[in-house]
Formats: sequence, C-alpha cells, structure tokens
Amino acid sequence: MIDATPARDGQPSARRSKDLLYSEGFRAAAYQIALAAAVVFVGLFLYQNVVENLQRQNIATGFGFLREVSQFEIGETLINYSARDTYARALLVGLLNTLSVSAAGIVLATIIGFSVGIARVSNNWLLQRIATGYVEIVRNVPVILQVIFWAAVTRNLPAPRQALELWGLGFLSNRGLTFATPVADPAHGWMFLALVAGIALAGIGDRWARRHREATGKHVDMLWPSLAVVIGLPLVVWLAFGAPHLISFPERKGFSFVGGYTISPEFVALMTGISLYASGFIAEIVRAGIEATPKGQVEAARSIALRPRFIMRYVVLPQALRVIVPPLTSQYVSLIKNSSIAVVVGYPDLVNIGNTVMNQTGQAVEAIAVMMTVYLIISVVTSLLMNTYNRLVAIKER
Amino acid sequence: MTTASSQTRLVTAAYDPLARMSAADWLKRNLFSSVWQTLLTLVTAAVLLRFFWFVLDWGVINAVWVTSDPDVCRAATGACWAVIVEKHRPMLFGLYPYDEHWRLVLMMVIYLVTVVVSLMPRNWNLRFLVPLWLVAAVSIGVLMFGGVLGLRYVPTSEWGGLPLTMLLFTGTVLFGMPVAVLLALGRRAPLPVARGVSVVFIEALRGVPLITILFVAVNVFPLFLPAGVQVDKLLRITIGIAIFFACYQAEVIRGGLQAIPRGQYEAAASLSLTYWQTTSRIILPQALRICLPAITNHIIAAMKNTSFVIIIGLFDILTATTAVMQDPLWRKFYVEAYLFVAAVYLFFGYALSLYARKVEKWIASGRI
Repeated sequence: MIDATPARDGQPSARRSKDLLYSEGFRAAAYQIALAAAVVFVGLFLYQNVVENLQRQNIATGFGFLREVSQFEIGETLINYSARDTYARALLVGLLNTLSVSAAGIVLATIIGFSVGIARVSNNWLLQRIATGYVEIVRNVPVILQVIFWAAVTRNLPAPRQALELWGLGFLSNRGLTFATPVADPAHGWMFLALVAGIALAGIGDRWARRHREATGKHVDMLWPSLAVVIGLPLVVWLAFGAPHLISFPERKGFSFVGGYTISPEFVALMTGISLYASGFIAEIVRAGIEATPKGQVEAARSIALRPRFIMRYVVLPQALRVIVPPLTSQYVSLIKNSSIAVVVGYPDLVNIGNTVMNQTGQAVEAIAVMMTVYLIISVVTSLLMNTYNRLVAIKER
Repeated sequence: MTTASSQTRLVTAAYDPLARMSAADWLKRNLFSSVWQTLLTLVTAAVLLRFFWFVLDWGVINAVWVTSDPDVCRAATGACWAVIVEKHRPMLFGLYPYDEHWRLVLMMVIYLVTVVVSLMPRNWNLRFLVPLWLVAAVSIGVLMFGGVLGLRYVPTSEWGGLPLTMLLFTGTVLFGMPVAVLLALGRRAPLPVARGVSVVFIEALRGVPLITILFVAVNVFPLFLPAGVQVDKLLRITIGIAIFFACYQAEVIRGGLQAIPRGQYEAAASLSLTYWQTTSRIILPQALRICLPAITNHIIAAMKNTSFVIIIGLFDILTATTAVMQDPLWRKFYVEAYLFVAAVYLFFGYALSLYARKVEKWIASGRI
C-alpha cells in the first residue's frame, strides 16, 4: 500500500491497470478462474465424448442394469445367491467376499507382523537377523507374485485322499483348508454378547480404578478382575446353556471331506499372499513404534521401582501406540485394496465380479464406478476411524 | 569393597569406546546373555540349520541344472533349475517373436547402460543427459518396434517379458515424478481452486486400488477420446500406473515441502524471486533432498506395481512366467520358476535401494 502512493501522480488510469496486472490478488484470481475453466472444459469435453461414443456403440447408460438378472454362478458366497439373482446382489456377494478375505488377512498379518516386529528388536542377534531377512524378502517381492505363488502351492497340494493332516484338527488339500468347528448352537450368540459385555465391564472397571488412583493415590490392580470378567462371563453363559461341546471334526469321505468347515484354496492363497506381504510392513511399523520410546524413560521407570508390567502399560505402550496406529491403519487399508488382485487366483471378490459384470453388460463406466466408490468408502471410513482414534491417543497438550 | 587398582581397570574397560569387543564377549552379549536367551538361540539355530540343510539338499545337491527332459527332473528329489534354463526365453521375453529376441537383449543393454550412466553424479548435466536419453529412446524404439532398417515390425501387443517390465517402470517414473511435483505444489498452493483440484485428485486415486485405475485405462479411457482417435494400450496403461504412482509420491513430496521453514520463502520473496524461481531454485531442491528415502520407497513400490498388468493381460515377466507354467510337462516346477522371477525383482529392488542409500550419503556429505 505504501509503495503504491507515488504511482498516484503519474497517469492514474494507466498506472492503475498496470497495478492491477501486477497485484497478487488479481493474478491469483485470474489463475484460479483459468484453472477452474480448464477443469470444467476438460470435464465437459470428456463427458461429451463418452456420451457420443456410447451412443455410437449402442451401449446403455445408467445403473438400471443392476436390477437385471446376472445369469452367472459364483463359487463362494456368504449369502444366498444363484444365477437368477440380480447384478446388484452379485456385487454384494463380491463385496462380502472382499471383506471376509480382508478381515482374515488383517488378523493373520497383524499376528505375524507383531511377532516379527518384536523379533526385529530382540536382544538375540540370531532371531533379529532372521526377522530382518524375512521382512526384506516379503516386502520386496511383488504381492501379485506372492499370491500367484501360493495359488500354485495350493493347487499342487495332495488330493483329499492324501491330504496333509493338521494335528487331528483339520486337513490341507487341493480342496482348501478344512478344519474342525464347534457345531452351531444358540449358546454361541449369547456367549458373544457376554464377551462384549465382559469387555465393556472391564473398561468401566479400569476407568474406576484410574479415578480411584487419581483421587486417593492408591493403585488397584484390575488385571485379574478384568481377565476374570472377560473370560468368565462367556464361560458362565456356556455353562448355563448346558455346556454344548459338540465339535464337528472333518473326515475323509470319497473324494472330499464331511464335517468341519472348509475354506477354498483360492481364499487360502489370496489370504496368505496379501497377509504375508503386509506382515513385512507391519513388522517395520511395530519396530519403529517400540524404538520410539527413549531408553531413558524405561530406565527412569525402573529406577522408581515400577513393575515391568506397569512400565509396559503406562510408559512404553502409550507412546508406541501413538507411533504405530496411524501407519498400521494405512497398512490395513492397503491390504484391503490388495485383496482386489483376487482375480488372478479366481477368488470371487468385488473386482472379480465387477469385471464379469463389466464384460457381460459392456457398461464399463458404471461397473468401474461401483468398484471405485466402494473402495473409496472403505478408505474414507477407515481414515475417519483412524483420526478419531488418533485424537484419543495423541499427546494431550495444553 | 574393591581395591583401587581393580577399580581403575574396570573404569578403563567400561569407558574405552575404541576397545574392540572380544568374540567371546560378543557371543555372550548377543546370543547367550541369559538362560532364556541361550535356549532361544539354540532353538532358532536348530531350526535355521535344518532350513539351510534343506535348501542345500534340495537346491544344490539333488538339483537338476540342465536337461531338456522333464522326466529327468521328475525323477530327481531336488530342485529343477533346468526349467529356467529351458524356458528362460519365453519367461524373459514373453510373446515377442522368437527370432527377434536378440533385439530385446540389445535393448536391455542400451537401457541399463543409459540408466547406470545417468545415475552417476559426474554425468549430471543436461547437455549430456538430454542427448543421451534421446539417442537411447530412439534406438530402443527402433529395436522394439522395428519396421525400419530391415527390422521386422513388432506391435506393442507382442512386447513382453523383462523389457516390458523395464519400459513400464521407466515410463511410470519419468511420467509420474513431474506430475507428483505439480500435484504436491498444487496442494500447497495459496490458490484455493488449485488446492481443491489437487486434494480431490490425490485422495480419490489413493482411495482406490490400482486395478480399478488399470480398468479405467483399458476400458474407459478409449471412451473419453473423440471418435477416430486411438491411444496405444501399452501407453494408456503406463499413464495409468504413472498417475497412481504420482498421487502417492505427491503426498511424500508434500511432506518435504512442509519441512521447509517459512524463512526460506520470505528470503526468496525479499530477493523478489518469482513463484517458479523460488520453487525450482530454493524450495524443491531442499524438499526433494529431505524426503528422498520416502521417494525411493515409492519408486521401488512402482517397480513392484508394474506386475499388476497381469490382470489386464500385458505380458510382463510375471505374466510370461505364469503362462509358461501352464505347460503340462513343466508345470510341476513352478517353485523354481517363481523363485527366479522373485530373484529378478529382489535384485532390481536391492540395486535401487543401495543406490538410494548412496545418494543419501552424498547429500549428507554435501556432495550434491
């Protein structure tokens, strides 16, 4: 504003337009309008082309096809489905398959990842080296190659007749993984509710103990009461239902198995591939998390005679989780996204079924839009949950 | 309690940082520090020895190295490396016409020499690099396509194997890095529209799997073009992977941009440098140096991601190997074949990360 004053006593109008050209605000506005116009123009141009091309190729538009009959069977379904159902239901079957293989993969990847991550920081040189070697290999081999490899392995497993026996609990064969399961019983639903109630009660007890400690300075150890209530409640329910203990063990019969529960070889291959790949990344995240707590803090906690369990609980874990959780969540999301390579092993996930729908109807734009939207929703929901969690564990600063 | 002399000795022993630990001390500290650690070491060593013995027994002692008869392999109890010797050409070169494979060998030599020469800091001036890459690109194009100099024309639909993986990877990085920088700058720009466009673009593409983007490149992209205009499938796919790569890389570069202190911008402004001068001479050189390790990670990830093209039927090294493994005579030896492909990826990934570590060292020492 100050350096603009001398401009006043020249030719005011010319000066003003020059000022305008060199003013930051005007330029910013001009750039933005140009950019917005370019985006709108390109968008319209592409839209126009799509409409013309679709018309010329006689391809229907819109999502009406979702209500049409699909006319294809799906090998693995969690809900009732037949070739007489609609495309929409076929895609739903695919989504549920995506979610189930991802859920199993996340559990497996977390267990392996945490074990290897802890081994990475072990005091034992040998164990540490092995863990490092494992991480380097699983992280640097493409996930698709790993999945294809495990698919080849499951395909080449022996037939049910010569199936590998797993400690009397199940079989591994080219039909997949068959394992013993408890026979379904009404008690199971109630036991699950009791478990949830137990976890809630333990949480309430923990909060009470903390408040009590802050008010009186006296520590009440809630570990055993918590464990008792979490394990005890479902146990009580189980006993109240007369302790149903029927377990269905699989047996060889003819060319297949009877009893137990079987997951398909495609599921096994995909789950193994994507979770081993993710476990390498999770191990590195866990290592970084553990190393994030400075050694001095643990030593200080020890010097005030805090029990090892409390050091873990109140000193190391809160700081480690703060470092671990955000990247861990993004690993989970990328595992879900990696499950979309199911098509290479023939597992009917969302993308595989979407691909079939796309080929049958020719409506590529809509089919791909459905797939992308579903994955976007999964990503957005996960990152919202992550942000909430992050706020809870973040450093409380004044 | 202790005599003065023993105390002195203890202190020197504990405080001499240059004293080398004796082998026995090292073993005691790292492998046998307690009963529990000793037990762990023994169990791990036993498992490891058994594993190594298996690898030696299967992979070397009983392995078949060269044979054109799969029955010889079937009779052996060890690995059948002969499958790689026997099938290396379809695995490495895919569908490319058999008699023209020498062109791919030559192409890979030119490619690797060009890349290695460009990675050396003493060659880092544009007057050398631009002609080098132009010559390399033209000669690789002539070799791959043919149709001139008496070479047979080979359309991109017949390209395959390791050269295709290399081309996809190079295209991804060369296309993707500038886009990534632009997106990152857009996301940090003071202009709300630019910021909005970048944010939506980055987040939308990061939220979906690469496969859906490849589907768009193959099935939807042709619909975007006006009638009569066609873009080669290989090019569309390369652009698809590149844009996906750019969205992840943009977030990394944004991290680097955020680490630049405000004073740098203010100093540049006080010298009345323009936005692009500030960005290209002051901000980006520092930001890219800061986030180099993360950039390398994504470049290595881009190399692994080229393998996704198996889903849309491009014959990269993995697709080619999977196709070879359909051969009923050799199908049994898939472990050997996939180990070979994994080794190829591991080799290039390891080479890239070694180079990146070197660059980090150069940066730390102020050489670049």
